[in-house]
Amino acid sequence: MSLTNEQIQSKLVEKFGEQVTAFTEPYGMLTFEAPKELNLKILQFLFDDETLQFRFLTDLQAVHYPNDKGRELAVVYHLHNLMDNVRIRFKVFTDINKPDVFTATQLYSSANWMERETYDFFGVNFLGHPNLKRILNVDEMDYFPMRKEFPLEDQTRIDKDDEMFGRGGTIN
Amino acid sequence: MSRPVQFNNNPVPTDYKGHISVVGMPDGHMGEGFFATKLSEVVGLARKNSIWPLPFATSCCGIEFMATAAAHYDLGRFGSERMAFTPRQCDLMMVMGTISKKMGPVVKQVYLQMAEPRWVMAVGACASSGGIFDTYSVLQGIDQVVPVDVYVPGCPPRPEAILDGLMKVQELVGQESLRRRNSEHYQKLLESYGIQ
Repeated sequence: MSLTNEQIQSKLVEKFGEQVTAFTEPYGMLTFEAPKELNLKILQFLFDDETLQFRFLTDLQAVHYPNDKGRELAVVYHLHNLMDNVRIRFKVFTDINKPDVFTATQLYSSANWMERETYDFFGVNFLGHPNLKRILNVDEMDYFPMRKEFPLEDQTRIDKDDEMFGRGGTIN
Repeated sequence: MSRPVQFNNNPVPTDYKGHISVVGMPDGHMGEGFFATKLSEVVGLARKNSIWPLPFATSCCGIEFMATAAAHYDLGRFGSERMAFTPRQCDLMMVMGTISKKMGPVVKQVYLQMAEPRWVMAVGACASSGGIFDTYSVLQGIDQVVPVDVYVPGCPPRPEAILDGLMKVQELVGQESLRRRNSEHYQKLLESYGIQ
């Protein structure tokens, strides 16, 4: 094993100090978070560093935590080091009223469609994205369906009794 | 030494009796050397026994349809073995499977490309009502975008059910008045879908 989680963590702390926080290892996968302004700097460091070499963005998505005021939306990057076969997870949090996060498309081409999907479902506004528009849902959709204030069920449907079908209800 | 080839040594005479069905004659007057009936009856008879289906299959109901069209259930017995994958040749659009809201305009476009007279069959719960997909991304029944003639229930329906639906379509086709497509009622129906 050439690259361990401890090495990655110490490298990040050495470079960014107190800025990178909340290191955990759920199921052995290193996970940490950072202020959203730093996301590109950290991704660039992870990409460029000779030993880290996280050059493959496997996944990118958002999570909505409606009760976490000021940091409701988490944008999660899953990175893969193909040389040592190590994966890490990197999160930034943003206010839902100003969901601006810098785009990673200049660094990872795969971020293009994944950021469009994240915009489509959560409304994260990726600053600098070349083509930030809906990718999966209909263009006429006027809300972000995966945000928790919106119920899953189709609201245009009138033939179902909400009580009988268990529609609606509360979130959390 | 070559092997003696033997086959069909005891041929069983084929029993055709009762296995070939012929469409019955429509109502009319018959006499020595003539038969008189209504034009609509003859046209209906011809149409209903040669419906060309357009399979619009998006999921598991489509697999059931493949079984229906194959030898065991054999859609060809109803004169519908000729599947065409261009809507311009077809009489019956069979929508089988979940139609998402993004797919809705495609279904409508295909329907518009079909020539009159045209019929639509919604096969399965999803095409009929959205089925279990009571969600923001799924069209809650294709009758929101195109008029539907026959709904086949089931999730997915068995081939027998699809055949039953086809026979219901045949009934509609055979009895349809030749003027229905020009009627005000029909024009209003199409207008309610924003067609024409």
